[in-house]
Amino acid sequence: MSELSYRQALHDTLREEMLRDESVFLIGEEIGVFEGSYKITAGLLAEFGPRRVRDTPICEEGFVGAAIGAAMLGLRPVVEIMTINFSLLAIDQIVNHAAKIHAMFGGQVSVPMVIRTPGGGGQQLGASHSQNIEVYYAHAPGLKVVTPATPADAKGLLRAAIRDDDPVLFVENLSLYNTKGEVPDETGRIEIGKAAVAKEGRDITVVAYSRAAVIALDVARRLEAEGISVEVIDLRSLRPLDRETVCASVRKTSRAVVLEDDWLSFGVGAEIAATIQEGAFDYLDAPVRRVAAAEVPLPYAKPLENAALPNADALIKVIREILDDTRYQR
Amino acid sequence: MRKERGTQGVAAAPAPATGGIGSESHETLQHYYRQMAFIRAFELRAAEMYQRAKIGGYCHLNLGEEATVVGLMAALAPEDYLFTTYREHGYALARGIAAERVMAELFGKSTGVSGGWGGSMHLFDAETNLLGGYGIVGGQIPPATGAALALSYKAEPDAPTPAVMCLLGDGTTNIGAFHESLNLAAIWRLPIVYVIVNNGLGMGTSVDAASGEPDLYRRGCAYRMPGVRVDGNDVLAVREAARAALEAARKEHQPSILEAVSFRLRGHSVVDPARYRSREDTDKAREEDPLPVFRAQLIDAGALDLSSAVQIEEDAERVVSAAVEFAEESPFPSVEELFAHGYATPVPNAPRALPGDPVIAPAGVARS
Ligand SMILES: Cc1ncc(C[n+]2csc(CCOP(=O)(O)OP(=O)(O)O)c2C)c(N)n1
Ligand SMILES: [Mg+2]
Repeated sequence: MSELSYRQALHDTLREEMLRDESVFLIGEEIGVFEGSYKITAGLLAEFGPRRVRDTPICEEGFVGAAIGAAMLGLRPVVEIMTINFSLLAIDQIVNHAAKIHAMFGGQVSVPMVIRTPGGGGQQLGASHSQNIEVYYAHAPGLKVVTPATPADAKGLLRAAIRDDDPVLFVENLSLYNTKGEVPDETGRIEIGKAAVAKEGRDITVVAYSRAAVIALDVARRLEAEGISVEVIDLRSLRPLDRETVCASVRKTSRAVVLEDDWLSFGVGAEIAATIQEGAFDYLDAPVRRVAAAEVPLPYAKPLENAALPNADALIKVIREILDDTRYQR
Repeated sequence: MRKERGTQGVAAAPAPATGGIGSESHETLQHYYRQMAFIRAFELRAAEMYQRAKIGGYCHLNLGEEATVVGLMAALAPEDYLFTTYREHGYALARGIAAERVMAELFGKSTGVSGGWGGSMHLFDAETNLLGGYGIVGGQIPPATGAALALSYKAEPDAPTPAVMCLLGDGTTNIGAFHESLNLAAIWRLPIVYVIVNNGLGMGTSVDAASGEPDLYRRGCAYRMPGVRVDGNDVLAVREAARAALEAARKEHQPSILEAVSFRLRGHSVVDPARYRSREDTDKAREEDPLPVFRAQLIDAGALDLSSAVQIEEDAERVVSAAVEFAEESPFPSVEELFAHGYATPVPNAPRALPGDPVIAPAGVARS
């Protein structure tokens, strides 16, 4: 085990995979000379040269599509899209092409590519630069969508994504880059499509992913001191979704709340709540609740931005409401 | 790194000649210097306020582009429209928007041009036809083209119309939307001027590294769109070239490209130390800094004396200080306003839940 930042874990994994497999290469804006907008690729141009670390002009649709073509010929491109907001310029290539090529051509070809991109609000970047739109992609069959919350998961999931033969959208989070955590030294992968029980508990299940999973864990530890036992499920992977792990937890706790940074309507929480009512209906003591972002384009002004984004206080409030509502006795 | 930064003899159509400083009134020249000095003072203060965490998010400055900004805005008529990028404080100021309203927006205050909703990258002012700074690279280009469509739609056939000026950076010429828009403007003959503000870099990427055709004014050739390159450090040359392009847009509905070449004086945004830049490149940028150059030219030509120059610079500082004070004292928008701009047409069931609010009341069966 060593302690690494989320950023360092990503960087190290990219480097290790490039050393391991010559067909792995990096492509994206400002990843080489500039060393990455968020410095994930720092030093890699110097080490691997411009053939393996390919700077592109500003043309998301073009270079994402080019990566798809390269993957169809057996390379393993790891694309960096500077932020998930700019992925929308490439959504045609991602959803209409990367996601469909394997099935639409009868399984004859696959698209072994990874698109790494950070999402997240809370940095006062304004409406067009502060989105959590992973659910747009999680809706598309053929894609895999993973959302690591910890440095260890960043490493294990990125390794798995690069070695996977399907297109994987690897959603990072701006506010997690500097977070630190223990990362196993051995070269394990984390299976895509499996959730993690980040913390066990008896009284209520909090389902979350990415930044929200970190907040959920923090809330769980704080409430532990009051004798409230919270189980935290970190989805890790939005598509495929590990429905069984979620339902198994709720069958134990009988209460559930989803903490998510995306907008509420049609969001990840909606899918989780639907799953729980189908898989754990008889066990539920209370309706499943969601703590999600207010449904507005995110304002720049700090007080408005703060009010619009989910946080620990909102989660604690909802947990208490559910517990009170179900006559929970400590 | 760049092959060629000259402005001579490379235009598809020659840039219109300027009579030079000698043919301008002293008042005009002083006015331009005042505007340039003001933008410089504003931007330096914005950088300082960003470092003091009064301004959040990203903050991109027009440092080094002052001559381009002032020349373009001198040519743009009040009835014309402006679409710009996230690097737009100077344009808002030169367009005549009060500095305090721009600074207040940077501070995220309710008195800001966009009511605190937009921040540095998203200035908007209907009164001066500033139809937005846009943070997505190239995002402004199709809407600007559509605004030109509206102007042509509203005009009698072949009658003059106001024009649209659409600003974009050098790096932005590589985004697909630029090419789609050029083609639309060409086939529909729209009254628009696409101004490529070529500051040599898109973040850390040079024009040569990013462009199959690094002579950016020629990017319209495939659409038979005329293009002109002008020295973006020369305020008069920029103004003349922009006037000619805007006139052709207004009177002949001739869309065109204008490339103004200058240097970015600092990093891409306030937080970028620009370590990827060569020493020569930064030295050259500093040498050609349009502000001291223009100041010296005016003093040499007798259009400005030293004490008036100093006066202009002190005035700029004073107004900027007042703008900061105004921004500082202004209130933030209130949280009650969060859903105020949800829809222009009110609609039933519009979401108004804050994080953690129940979205629907549970069915009224009392629990036991
Ligand atoms: C679609 C999209 N991709 C990437 C970015 C990130 N980005 C912001 S500015 C910029 C560089 C733009 O360079 P240029 O067009 O030369 O304008 P300048 O910043 O020099 O004014 C990039 C890559 C973005 N905002 N939008
Ligand atoms: Mg540029």
